[in-house]
Amino acid sequence: MTQMKETTVTSSASTTTPAGAGVDLVGLVRSYGRVRALDGFSLTIKPGEFIALLGPSGCGKTTALRVLAGFERPDGGRVIVDGADLSNVSAQKRDMGMVFQSYSLFPNMNALHNVAFGLRMRRQSSRDRNTKARELLDLVGLSDQAQKYPHQMSGGQQQRVALARALAIEPRVLLLDEPLSALDAKVRAELRDQIRSLQQRLAITTVFVTHDQEEALSMADRVCVMSQGHIEQTATPAELYARPATAFVAQFVGVSSRVPVTVTAGQADVFGQSVAARGADAHSVGVALDALLRPEELAVMVDPAGKGFVTHKSFFGATTRLIVQVEEVPVRVDVRSDLVADMALGTRVDVKVVTPDVLVAPRMAAPTEA
Amino acid sequence: MAEELALEEVLNESPVRRSGRRRRPSLWRTVVFLFAGLYFLLPIYAGMKFTLQDIHGHFSFGAITSLPHVAGFADAFWLSMRLAGATLVIEAILVVPTAIYVHLRLPRLRRLFEFITILPIVFPPIVLILGLTRAAPLWIRASPYMLSAEYVILSLPFVYRSLDAGLSAIDLKTLTEAARSLGGNWVKTVWRVILPNLRPALLSALVLSMALVLGEYTMASLDLWTTIPVWIVQFQQGSNGHIQIAASMMGLIVTWVLLTVIVSIDRTEARRRKATKAAL
Repeated sequence: MTQMKETTVTSSASTTTPAGAGVDLVGLVRSYGRVRALDGFSLTIKPGEFIALLGPSGCGKTTALRVLAGFERPDGGRVIVDGADLSNVSAQKRDMGMVFQSYSLFPNMNALHNVAFGLRMRRQSSRDRNTKARELLDLVGLSDQAQKYPHQMSGGQQQRVALARALAIEPRVLLLDEPLSALDAKVRAELRDQIRSLQQRLAITTVFVTHDQEEALSMADRVCVMSQGHIEQTATPAELYARPATAFVAQFVGVSSRVPVTVTAGQADVFGQSVAARGADAHSVGVALDALLRPEELAVMVDPAGKGFVTHKSFFGATTRLIVQVEEVPVRVDVRSDLVADMALGTRVDVKVVTPDVLVAPRMAAPTEA
Repeated sequence: MAEELALEEVLNESPVRRSGRRRRPSLWRTVVFLFAGLYFLLPIYAGMKFTLQDIHGHFSFGAITSLPHVAGFADAFWLSMRLAGATLVIEAILVVPTAIYVHLRLPRLRRLFEFITILPIVFPPIVLILGLTRAAPLWIRASPYMLSAEYVILSLPFVYRSLDAGLSAIDLKTLTEAARSLGGNWVKTVWRVILPNLRPALLSALVLSMALVLGEYTMASLDLWTTIPVWIVQFQQGSNGHIQIAASMMGLIVTWVLLTVIVSIDRTEARRRKATKAAL
């Protein structure tokens, strides 16, 4: 993890009352032929909450967002916003602003008219909608670009105009469908901070779809990790990282090493060390299990009689990541950089678990690293 | 490394070498362009010269000025104009929404629709006429606008393909969804978002269609309606050739004027945008 969620909250955000809507997605099912994109997907989003749908390609996160937006009709389940069932309400009547992955500004309109489009559809007067559109452009820092057409703006500017356009209609829910994925790293980081800042200022309920865990963890109040059309875990970024509920979450979010273990009476034997096993239950008896270990859950000490040896070192600045081969199993360990100067490749080391418990999951076909 | 070297070679390549490579195709293009230009312009030049001569070979506007007074010309001209207008309206109402619908909702059937719209090229006009005559109600069969229905089918290959190319060039799905999420219904979405971005393709389709309608002879003749092309052929039988060619030239000029008007609408908009860009 290179960047965790910022804990600093602006004063304006802290004093803002949530203005967004509460959303309940209940048992959503959506299939495309034989492929089930959503398989009983249920999620409750609190008013003003920023929630990220995170998962690999094809996990159903965009389908969930499109069902919420009204672009897809679910085969089953309901979409409830502020207590009203919107399942059969068309997209244009849902009052949801959306920013798309691809640049979606109307090419025939300048930035001002793009932002004012939704207000025009709501029959606001020309003066009112232009005033509002200018305010929104000012909000995203593009007041000087009002007369420019999309082809005259950069990708980052276009997405900021798209954000202003979505916010102009004062949506009940703001939907962001991977809006940063087409941007370069620097612009992406800037816009990420801007989106989060605006969301906190306006306290608008926001659903953000991404496959980038760094974006999800750094921006969202809660992250919903999806796989194969269902939710693996919904939790705060910190909880998701520290206490992954499933092997999929442990592997998809952050970095984990899989280590074969035996579990007896709730205790996992990890390289000869007994540690409380999390995730083991009655069904685990007699089943081959792996412990999923974060790099920072392990510590290494130079020990000529140790079971492992260093096979790889990657310098990350404050920390260095070691890959240590222990009993044929490669594990990743993060160590303070100033402590690994004497750990040359091939150095014999001992590996210890430094957390009170470890997540265990059914063993994969062969021990691998995530 | 190999990639870097290859790139370096391209970057270091001298402009002379690169321009030398282009020279041969450029020469061929010029030759082809000149040949095609002569092929199209010579008959027009000859026709224009003949139109502006009297029977003694002297310069004269007589053939042109007498045209409106020649029996049947005004009626044929007016009929052609009405048919052209009706054809464009029917196409705009029928083909534009169909093309949009196919792109948005039936993308898998795009190839099938392309194939269907090409069929009018391979069927002889008589087959189309007979088929439409059998299918159409009597009140349409008795009307000259039956021809417009036939022209719509005849121009489908050009109109549909032009629109199809225009729709493929824009991110139709995203634009449509963006407009709908902002509260636009289908009519407003099509009118304010899709059509403005489809304008070049739409104008191109209408230009092709209008040119086809104003020059079509076979169908009008078979349906026994005297449009300009039919009138020209009929007038040929028993009159001097100057008026006949003058009518052809006038038909050509009117078509060009109409097409110029249509295209200038788009160019005015393009200039406006360019001016806006320059002002920024």
